[in-house]
Parts: sequence; structure tokens; C-alpha cells
Amino acid sequence: MFSFGDIMSEAFVLILNWDRNLSEIVGLSLYVTLSAVLLSCLIGLPLGAMVGAFRFPGRGVMTVILNALMGLPPVVVGLFVYLMLSASGPFGPLQLLYTPAAMIIAQTILVTPIVAALTKQVVEDLHGEYAEQFASMGLRPQERIAALLWDARYSLMTVALAGFGRAVAEVGAVLIVGGNINHVTRVMTTTIALETSKGNLELALALGVVLLVLAVLVNAVVMALRASAVRAAYA
Amino acid sequence: MRDTVMDMTPAEVATRIPLLEARGLSFDAGGTRLIHDLSLSIPEGRRLLIMGANGAGKSLILRLLHGLLTPSAGQVLWQGQAPDEKARRAQAMVFQRPVMLRRSVLANLNFALSVHGVRGAERAAEAAHALELAGLSELARHPARVLSGGEQQRLALARALVCKPRLLFLDEPTSSLDPASTQRIEDLINAAHMRGVTIVMVTHDMGQARRMGDEVIFLHAGQVAECGPIDQVLGKPRSEAARAWTQGRLYTGTTF
Repeated sequence: MFSFGDIMSEAFVLILNWDRNLSEIVGLSLYVTLSAVLLSCLIGLPLGAMVGAFRFPGRGVMTVILNALMGLPPVVVGLFVYLMLSASGPFGPLQLLYTPAAMIIAQTILVTPIVAALTKQVVEDLHGEYAEQFASMGLRPQERIAALLWDARYSLMTVALAGFGRAVAEVGAVLIVGGNINHVTRVMTTTIALETSKGNLELALALGVVLLVLAVLVNAVVMALRASAVRAAYA
Repeated sequence: MRDTVMDMTPAEVATRIPLLEARGLSFDAGGTRLIHDLSLSIPEGRRLLIMGANGAGKSLILRLLHGLLTPSAGQVLWQGQAPDEKARRAQAMVFQRPVMLRRSVLANLNFALSVHGVRGAERAAEAAHALELAGLSELARHPARVLSGGEQQRLALARALVCKPRLLFLDEPTSSLDPASTQRIEDLINAAHMRGVTIVMVTHDMGQARRMGDEVIFLHAGQVAECGPIDQVLGKPRSEAARAWTQGRLYTGTTF
């Protein structure tokens, strides 16, 4: 039998005795997550803005699909990316399977619908206010999208944070396409799963605490940036 | 005799072709005809007012003329031709409720100038000049959305005028403003008119109509009840709808 108190104290000892291995795992987690969020924003922000601002045939269907994809099962995405990147798959020659790049691809597929669907809602509401003014000014479609994304930028920071939350907590897809290879594709969530199954609960808990602290820190940094950006915009 | 615009010199076009023209304009919504077969022409430099009771179709006509709505029948012509992107950018509109971008006062002006391809030092100079004319220089760095109603309307007008439109549409720009704010807005509109800007304005205010208009179109239930010089229509109205309006009576008839 284990004592929860003992495990907690040992977990904090591990955190205090921070080692290179821990740095590597945390560093790779952040690299994969932030890369995926960045790529998702590059795709999802303009995509969501276009669906939110323009009327076109199939818009309703696209909205339903985007909303539905927000709940994509990670293991299904992992399996799909695995099949695409495996030696017999169409992208096999790229040899990306079991690399951080494969993990970034899987996370991007998971996060992009979240960014796009939430952006669509934010932009749709703003466009409702701006539509006549923009039409009066004769804005071209690309000018509309750029102006809407710029004016909604503070709300969109929260959208990016929602994407970060999904990506940083993800385990199923990255485990399948990354393989949890030590020093290559081992990230915090996959390590927690592995160490828990091995009974090494101290390390699993220590990583869990680090993961939570990192999530809080990233949110705090983005919120601080948002507040200072709002002030700077009108300074 | 040359009949088409393509055959004329720019000077001939300016003298013979109205800046904006509506031919047989109708607009339906929800199976109801809201605007009936409206035809009008607006020569360059003119101040045309559109008046009528609530629901008469004044704002609808403004939006149809400006191209914000597509007519169910008829057409709008810009200098004798279907309006293109260049025509759109030669027009501006100030709405009854000003639409402020979520930016500073200065950034609102800069945005409008950027859309018209004005950048760099020229943009800065134009924006500063527009702020000065509108009396908003002190508020340049303030968020536009925290300005008072009068200040927002002045900014909306400055933003419309900074791009030097040839035609300015105004939808009751002073409807919710106090007399001092109304005066400042009227001064800005008059200054623009003096620079040659054609004005098409919706108003309910007969005093403002006499101060600001050359001609008036009086609407009733989506149809032109009467049109002509301001003094004639407001002083000696020929239609019952306009007469009731000037006397402060409610007119619910279907004939004029």
C-alpha cells in the first residue's frame, strides 16, 4: 500500500532536484504544444474568420463540421496520422513517424477545429456590428478578414489559450504517432501515463504538478500580455 | 448628338449626367413592397434631404442608393453607369448609430485612409487635419468606443470625410444629439458641402432641413409623396402626407 502523503512529498523532492531528463521532457512538451498551437492559429484563425464573416453555399455544413471536429477523439486522430505517416502510407517516405514532427501534426489536427470554430463565433459577432460600415467603405474580402482579426485580437488570445489547453493535455494521439521514445518523443503526458503504469507514482505526480504549473503560467503570461497590449493600444 | 457616356468628354459628363441616379427602384422584403418605383437624380454638389414618418423607407432608400442593399427592381447609376468599386470608394455613409472600430480615435481614421491607399506621412497628416477639423485632436489616443455620442458621431463623420468622398450619405446623423453637438455636426457637413461634396441626408428635423437642404424628397409608405425645393415642400406642401407632417399631425392615409 502507498501513502498519498509520502508520494506527494517525494514528488516535490523530485521537482526540487530538477534534473536534465526532466528539463528535456518539459522542453519537448512545450515545443510540440506551442508549435501545434502556432500552426493551428495560422490555419484556424483565417478559416474561422472567413466562415464567420462571409455567406457562401455550404457555410452551414462547414460550421457543423467545425463544431463537431472540436470533439475529435485523440486516439482516432493518432491512428489516422499513424496510417498516413507509416511506411505504407502516402507520407511514409517523409519518415516522420515517431518524431516530434508527427506529434505536432497530430496535435495541429486536434487543435485547428477548436481555434477555427471559436474564431468563427468571435468574428461572426463582431462582423454583425461592422458589416454595414465595411460595405460602405468598400472593403475587399481580405481587408475585411484582416480588420476583423485585428479588432478581435484580444478575444482571439483566449481562443489560442483554449487550443493550448487541449494540446498540452493531449496524450492519446502523441503516444500513437510519437511512440513515447525516451530522449526523442517523450513528453509530460506520455511519461505520466508510462510511469503510472510502471507504478512509479512519485515521478508521475511530479510531472503532473509541473504540467499544471506550466498551464497556469502560460495562461497568466498570455493574460498579462493581453492586458498590456490593451493598454498599449490606447497609450 | 452624342448619347452615351462613353462618347462624352469628362466635362460634358459632369454637366449633363447626374452624379447619382435611381431608375424605377423598388425593394421587397418578406413578400411586402417597401419601396415603390422610386426615380430620382442627384446632380453633383447638391444637398438632397429625405424626409418622412418613421417606417416611410428613408433609411432603406439611403442604403439602396449607397449599394448596401440590392433593389428588387430598378437600378442605381453612378454618373450614368453601373457603380463599380471606384464609385463605391467615392461615396461614404454615416449611420444613425455610429460604428466605431475597436481601436483608438486616430486608428479609426488611419484605417479608413489605409483602405483608400493613403499611407505613411501623408496618412498621418490627413488624419491629424481631420481630427483638428472635428475638434477631436485631444482625444486621438482614446478608445473610440468610450467617446460620448456626439464625439462618436463627429468621429464617424471625420472618418467618412477624411477619404474625400464626392457623395456623402447621412442617416439622421444628429437624431440623438444635443443642440451644441448638432451644431458641430452641421458645421462639418456644411464645410464638406462648401468643398463640393454632394450631400444626401435623412432627417426628421424641419429646422435642420431648412438649414441644410436645397431639395427634399418627402416619402410616405415607401413612395414619393412630394419632392422639390425645401421652402416649397415644407412651406406650401401639396400632398396631404407632407402637409400633415409639417402641421404635426399623424397621417395614416394611403393616398397623398
